[in-house]
Amino acid sequence: MRGWKPAPHVLLLLPAFVVLAAVVIVPLLLSLYSSFTPFRLTRPETIYEFIGLRNYIRLFADREFWAAFGRTVLLLTVALNVEMVLGLFLALLVEKATRGQRLLRTIMMFPMMFSPILVGFQFKFMFNDNIGLVNNALQSLGLTDQAIPWLIDGKLAFTSILIAEVWSSTSVFAIFILAGLMAMPKEPLEAAKVDGCTPWQSFRYVTWPFIMPFAYIAMTIRSLDIARAYDIVKIMTDGGPAKRTEILWTLISRTAYSDARMGLANAMAYVAILLSILFTVMFFRQLAKARQQIGAEW
Amino acid sequence: MATVSLKNLVKKYGSLEVVHAINLDVADREFVALVGPSGCGKSTTLRMIAGLEPISGGHIHIGDRAVNDLPPRQRNISMVFQSYAIYPHMTVAENMGFSLKIAGRSQQEIASAVADAARTLGLEELLERRPSQLSGGQRQRVAMGRAIVRHPDVFLFDEPLSNLDAKLRMQMRTEIKKLHAKVQSTMIYVTHDQVEAMTLADRIVIMRDGHIEQVGPPEEVFRRPATRFVAGFIGSPTMNLRDATVDDGRLRFANGDTLPLPGQFRNRVTAGQKVIFGLRPDDLYPTGHGIHSGEAADVHAVEVPVSLTEPLGNETLVFAEFAGDDWISRMLNPQPLRSGDRVELSFDLSQSHLFDANTEKSLRG
Repeated sequence: MRGWKPAPHVLLLLPAFVVLAAVVIVPLLLSLYSSFTPFRLTRPETIYEFIGLRNYIRLFADREFWAAFGRTVLLLTVALNVEMVLGLFLALLVEKATRGQRLLRTIMMFPMMFSPILVGFQFKFMFNDNIGLVNNALQSLGLTDQAIPWLIDGKLAFTSILIAEVWSSTSVFAIFILAGLMAMPKEPLEAAKVDGCTPWQSFRYVTWPFIMPFAYIAMTIRSLDIARAYDIVKIMTDGGPAKRTEILWTLISRTAYSDARMGLANAMAYVAILLSILFTVMFFRQLAKARQQIGAEW
Repeated sequence: MATVSLKNLVKKYGSLEVVHAINLDVADREFVALVGPSGCGKSTTLRMIAGLEPISGGHIHIGDRAVNDLPPRQRNISMVFQSYAIYPHMTVAENMGFSLKIAGRSQQEIASAVADAARTLGLEELLERRPSQLSGGQRQRVAMGRAIVRHPDVFLFDEPLSNLDAKLRMQMRTEIKKLHAKVQSTMIYVTHDQVEAMTLADRIVIMRDGHIEQVGPPEEVFRRPATRFVAGFIGSPTMNLRDATVDDGRLRFANGDTLPLPGQFRNRVTAGQKVIFGLRPDDLYPTGHGIHSGEAADVHAVEVPVSLTEPLGNETLVFAEFAGDDWISRMLNPQPLRSGDRVELSFDLSQSHLFDANTEKSLRG
């Protein structure tokens, strides 16, 4: 080691670089590399076999993968829209509260405090066709005399998952939009009233443009959330019945650990990440535009 | 016809009454300024006229319509806010045309109304800009533009110049005056700045603690303040106001110094009455350095020590000690003075004011 005298700043930063490399960069590169191999957990030596883009080419022809991909995008789109609308309503209601607003805000965040696994179990129980609360309630109210197969029918299962997602995360939108409403200057609203706006017009032309950036922040966060959704689906249906609720990450984990095809799973994961990046870029663009529109100084 | 009339107008927040049954009639095309210290209820009154604040009692009429319970959009008013309140996400043109767009006017109509207003206010170059690209003065002009495109019955201004720097404020003041001359609408203008009120208004309404103290043209509230409060509020620098007792045809101050009882009040006070004596700095000047307006006999001269001076170029404010206290006097054609110098002060008593110490009302009658 004689003669090698690194500058102090290099020396001081070195531990951080070593740790980062060990926990982030090496696994990332390794997983990227393994996506170019037919690596199977059961046959470790396959990691040294380089097969180029064959995994990716195979994916492009894989119906099951694209079905999961499409289902993820569908879940994402529907959930974001429903959460946006419900969150907006919640935020508007809570903002109107003159007393106990703090308490309401806290209550509103309760669903976010539960682990998604628990939310999954809770809704799995509620939607159970035999003993579940939902069927029980529907039957007691006389709305139906049948046991609706919530988690067994493909479409209903998807809806049930959607409901669980929306229940657990609408408050993300509500909180962000409420923050926007509370940060909003009141004078433009008064000016709008004087300018002749009905309450709806005030909302449409003044309030809405102002809270849009806040909604986009929530959308960015939630799109990343749903693009990597796993736990609720894993618990409620595990991708079933007959893979009708299979989404990207349940498929990826099945491929990686049940089928032990790690190479292929990593290839899927990289495509899935592209999806997330795509949505993030899209929402950030919208956010920047909306911010510029309202002349935000943040 | 856009008169505005307030009858026994009351505003309460819970059990706290902040505006106490005030009455005011504003004539068509009149420019009225509501002025008073912060918390006097002037902004609340304006917001009640606008319909942004529900009223707790009394009546508001605009023209011959009772508007008590009408929402702002049905009152045909325009309002300019202290913080401009322009819509940040719209261009200048969109801001100005917004009310017409809401009213469902045609594109052409909106464009021509906006162009007219922009010409009036010198905003033609800025129509496509966004508010964030404008200076404070320009933003305030946009807010005014937004108000004038609608040709409302009444313009309401809520401290529109308070956020501007002193120079710009003077400039905008002139523009508001020109605007009034041009659009010929009824205007109600709230300010805490008495200079703005004096320079702009046809009539000034001085408010204090939710009551109206005095209503009158600027000249009148300046020359003949009805109460001690008005006397102290209007005029800059403020009027010298001192407690005194009427004693044997003279005014005796707390430390024993006296001044002759001004002739105009001789028959209006009784011996031993407690009063407040008021004299504007303009009417208290180093002898030979002021303008006296009455008879020479009404001018009373006293030699006093100078405590400090504030030279302003064309004049100097001299703080001189009399009756145990510093009095402000205005020295025209100023001569250099130093603290400690002795100077002869002329008290132009024909211009002095007396207020009853208990009621604080003017004894002029």
